[in-house]
Amino acid sequence: MFRIANASAFWGDQPGAAARLASLEPDLDFLTLDYLAEVSLSIMAIVRAKDPGAGFARDFIGVVRSLAPFWKSGGRTRIVTNAGGLDPVGCARAVQAELAANGLERLRIAVVTGDDVLAAMKDDSGPPPAGSANLETGEPLSTVAGRLVTANAYIGAGAIAEAVRAGAHIVITGRVADPSLTVGPCIARFGWRPDDWDRIAGATVAGHLIECGTQACGGFSTDWLGLPGASDIGFPIVEVADDGSCVLTKAAGTGGAVNFQVVREQLLYEVGDPGAYLSPDACVSFLSLRLGDAGENRVRVSGARGRQPPPAYKVSAAYRDGFKAHGLLTVFGNDAVKKARHAGEAILQRLGQAGFAYRETLVECLGTGASVRGIATRMSDVHLIETVLRVSVSDPSREKVERFTREIAPLVTSGPQGVTGYATGRPGVLPVFGYWPCLIDRSAVRPEFAFVN
Amino acid sequence: MIPLREIAFARSGDKGSSANVAVFGRTPGSYAWLRDHLTAAMVEAYFKPLGTGPVVRYDVPNLEALNFVLPGVLAGGGSRSLRVDSQGKTLGQALLEMKVDAPGPTRTGQEPVP
Repeated sequence: MFRIANASAFWGDQPGAAARLASLEPDLDFLTLDYLAEVSLSIMAIVRAKDPGAGFARDFIGVVRSLAPFWKSGGRTRIVTNAGGLDPVGCARAVQAELAANGLERLRIAVVTGDDVLAAMKDDSGPPPAGSANLETGEPLSTVAGRLVTANAYIGAGAIAEAVRAGAHIVITGRVADPSLTVGPCIARFGWRPDDWDRIAGATVAGHLIECGTQACGGFSTDWLGLPGASDIGFPIVEVADDGSCVLTKAAGTGGAVNFQVVREQLLYEVGDPGAYLSPDACVSFLSLRLGDAGENRVRVSGARGRQPPPAYKVSAAYRDGFKAHGLLTVFGNDAVKKARHAGEAILQRLGQAGFAYRETLVECLGTGASVRGIATRMSDVHLIETVLRVSVSDPSREKVERFTREIAPLVTSGPQGVTGYATGRPGVLPVFGYWPCLIDRSAVRPEFAFVN
Repeated sequence: MIPLREIAFARSGDKGSSANVAVFGRTPGSYAWLRDHLTAAMVEAYFKPLGTGPVVRYDVPNLEALNFVLPGVLAGGGSRSLRVDSQGKTLGQALLEMKVDAPGPTRTGQEPVP
């Protein structure tokens, strides 16, 4: 039995999850930790511009620190993580320092590189790279080339598997496909051939199931309110078999549930065509999956079918697209929604009169169904005693967005009676990144691993 | 008419500016109703106020599920969208509020309809 858990679904997930899993399930073979959503790398790029040491998910260093006592007392669980972000080597050096401070120099750290394709994408000496047009809109890369911040290929499990096979205890990557964090250790453990598509498809399904952490154990589920221990939902564990099937479960003593309903929900999370789930390791069909009851909080998932993946890697690129800010105020009283809407429009009007027009503006009254405005409820149907006014703007000009942030608080004295909730101060100005999904030929990408110690 | 949530559960997620909403029958009977009645056109019309493009429906009979892909429904998605829900987290709950002319939960199981 080969047991792999997830202890982080995104950058900012529960900092204590890894140490807790290690204490509840000390015999886990691997912990995987995912830090990278679609635009996480662009955020790192901006932070790194001011602080060269910030090109990776620093939170991971805290995780290493929290696991040091476990490893010192003989714990053998190994780690695969994409915490390396834009700077896997920098991340590995920081991990190395942390391990050294805890007398754990014996643990070997490997980095996987090759995903960063920004230079190739920015190279304008020849024709644009094949596949670089936007997959969603078809626009050519030249539309945004000068504003590209990051471009990273979703590389696969191969280099991770090699690092594990070579004896790495901690494998640090940049952008890899999320399921590959799980597929890599499986390939190393079972010695699957790279074209053993069905087994690799099975491990890809296992990796897909756990990549979003607690979502596989009841987090984000439709019937969350009725779950046992919803305040303490466990992180997921897959027990992968040599045939690529797995049992999904969670640590004993944690809340939530692993059942057919939750597993079905997570299987189709962020999936397009379930007959052709594309990962760099295999093109997977979910249409042949079978679920089986394997005991309390244990669901067997088998029957994945795989075939050769497409000849190109998917690239997640991002470009600078101006700035935005959101201002929030609470409005209480009779006609709260009418007052809030009027007050929000007043802010934009005042700015307009002062010569500040924006690329986009939005006034929302939270509590009225604003999350899906026009659906399920209509504004006029709602009579609320209280609402949260949320006003947003975006624009290429930082100065204009900055000016907007100064117009929120004045509503406390110039707006309707019952405006409150302004104590958090002026809203921040946030950079906006345009998402540019595209493709790059595999021959232009060279994933490889190296030990740092 | 009943809200879809009485016979189904759901999960939504984002991919760039698009989203998917997977809908599952609470029983084999309710899945059969979904499969026969919940069309891509219905879902597209329902989410039109959010600006979705042509909706594609994928049938996943082994999971008793339908998966709907809603292109461009997120007004730019993750970083770009100004909406409070820029990542489609609420779309599953929203679809479950759809009123449908389906047999209620007590009559969608495998037991014969009285």
